[in-house]
Amino acid sequence: MRMLSHRHLIVPLIAVLFSLPLSGWAQHESEEHQEESSHAEATHEGGHAAFDPTATALHHISDANVFTILDFIRIPLPMILYSKDEGLDIFSSGKFHPGEHDNGEYAYHRYVLFEGNVHRIKDPSFPNDLVEIGPHSFSEHIDDQNDEVVYLNYEGTEYQLDPRTTLDNGMFGGKFTSFYDFSITKNVLSMMLVAMLLFWLFRKAALAYSRRSGMAPSGVQSWLEPVFTFIRDEVAIPFIGRDRYLKYLPLLMSLFFFILGLNLFGQIPFLGGTNVTGNLTVTGILAILVFLVVSFSGKKHYWQHIFWMPGVPVFVKPLLAFVEFLGVFIKPITLMLRLAGNIVSGHIAILSFIGLIFIFGKAGESLGGSVVGTLMSVPLTMFMMAIELIVAFVQAFVFTILTASYIGAAIDDGHH
Amino acid sequence: MTLLFAPFQPAPGLAIWSLIIFGIFWWLMAKYAFGPIARSLEKRDQDIQNALDEAKKAREEMSNLHTENERLLIEAREERAKILKEAKEVKNEIIAEARESAKEESSRIITSARAEIESQKKAALLEVKNQVGAMALDIAEKVIRKQLEQDKEQTAYVEKLVKELNP
Repeated sequence: MRMLSHRHLIVPLIAVLFSLPLSGWAQHESEEHQEESSHAEATHEGGHAAFDPTATALHHISDANVFTILDFIRIPLPMILYSKDEGLDIFSSGKFHPGEHDNGEYAYHRYVLFEGNVHRIKDPSFPNDLVEIGPHSFSEHIDDQNDEVVYLNYEGTEYQLDPRTTLDNGMFGGKFTSFYDFSITKNVLSMMLVAMLLFWLFRKAALAYSRRSGMAPSGVQSWLEPVFTFIRDEVAIPFIGRDRYLKYLPLLMSLFFFILGLNLFGQIPFLGGTNVTGNLTVTGILAILVFLVVSFSGKKHYWQHIFWMPGVPVFVKPLLAFVEFLGVFIKPITLMLRLAGNIVSGHIAILSFIGLIFIFGKAGESLGGSVVGTLMSVPLTMFMMAIELIVAFVQAFVFTILTASYIGAAIDDGHH
Repeated sequence: MTLLFAPFQPAPGLAIWSLIIFGIFWWLMAKYAFGPIARSLEKRDQDIQNALDEAKKAREEMSNLHTENERLLIEAREERAKILKEAKEVKNEIIAEARESAKEESSRIITSARAEIESQKKAALLEVKNQVGAMALDIAEKVIRKQLEQDKEQTAYVEKLVKELNP
């Protein structure tokens, strides 16, 4: 009877899941309209195009210092900022009074919120207090090095803004600037929520295993167990071996469910569409952990095959050693890039299909164009969202199975 | 213009938070969720395997018991037949023995009866002889007495006596 009631729940749940993309799209539409109008206003000040699909997509997949739901619920997040001259600064992003387009209407301690991200006013002469700067006071220019620079227009003066420090040194447009952002951002909060949700679910299941020992699984147990045993029997045991898999199983399970949970969390419409696993920083940290685990688990056999491959002519050995040594680093790098690339491309594809409405509708000028765009956009977006659900599972699985294979190769002691 | 792609910019803050969150998540899950679940599943697999093994063993034992029973039944049947056969033999033997002893007894009785008869006959004959002797003596006595009285008459008398003797 219990099982039956669960089944009764699952059917409408699935129905709701598949109907959500539609409503999600509708939400995006209204959001884009608002953006379009704000862009139109920005045109007067900054000289921008009416609808910039690239900028819109990038804004949606970027991390943010404010958690925006449906473009009107803006949840302030804790700011933890460090600059060399001013030291540590901790406050809530609610101080910025984030408004339309996630632009802050106040500056605080020379920090401002531009498109959801904290920026710092370079000029130290700017008042170091809570200052009202009003809406639509930002503009972007292309500087002499052909980079985009954001300016704040305050009382007739243009103040140049620094973005947060990133470590890519210009490769992806980020650089070392005057301050570091250690805030609990939208991505960090998403990670915390997903981690807590997963822990709650699995703790419940774990308790059920000890409490209902010797009985058939039920409730949360019965739908976590197939996934758990799938990873155990198809990933951990075949690659690592029955006698040693228990040591690495927690890492593999954590990776799989952490990535899967965040992939799916980013797919939920209305919830800000967070792009955590599509963020190279996050996947990079996971890849570094995998690299460390693999390297520290590496047995003599593994390192021997990297630096002095047995069974090949001596003159080939240094060449192979070079290639294999590169492979040690390329493996985690591919893990990092594959996951981030797949997830971020999924988000961009969905946002692009939604953007069709505004491209065809000439950003609200042509109603007929909007209708055509909508008719094209809806099936494409729904298709893409269905694909993304599959990708969420596939990418979590691929990351886990490759990790398992790298660990398996590292701990292999040659007794095949 | 460089490619401005915010999601791919390595942000130190996000990196530290990712490391902390995933690290804690990994540790907590290993200690309180995945570890216990994996061990429970392992134990359950073991239990199921044991139960299956035991069932198989019990089934084998049952079939063993069955054949054993059948064997015992056959043995019992054989035993019964043997006992019956033996009993029959014993019966026949007893009957034969009884017959033999009866025969012996009867022949013994007959023999002893014959011997008795013989001895009785002998005793009777002896009696007869004794009486005949006595009678002869008697006659002789009387004859002698008569002779003494008359010769003529003596002879007649002896003749009369002989006549009396041989009727």
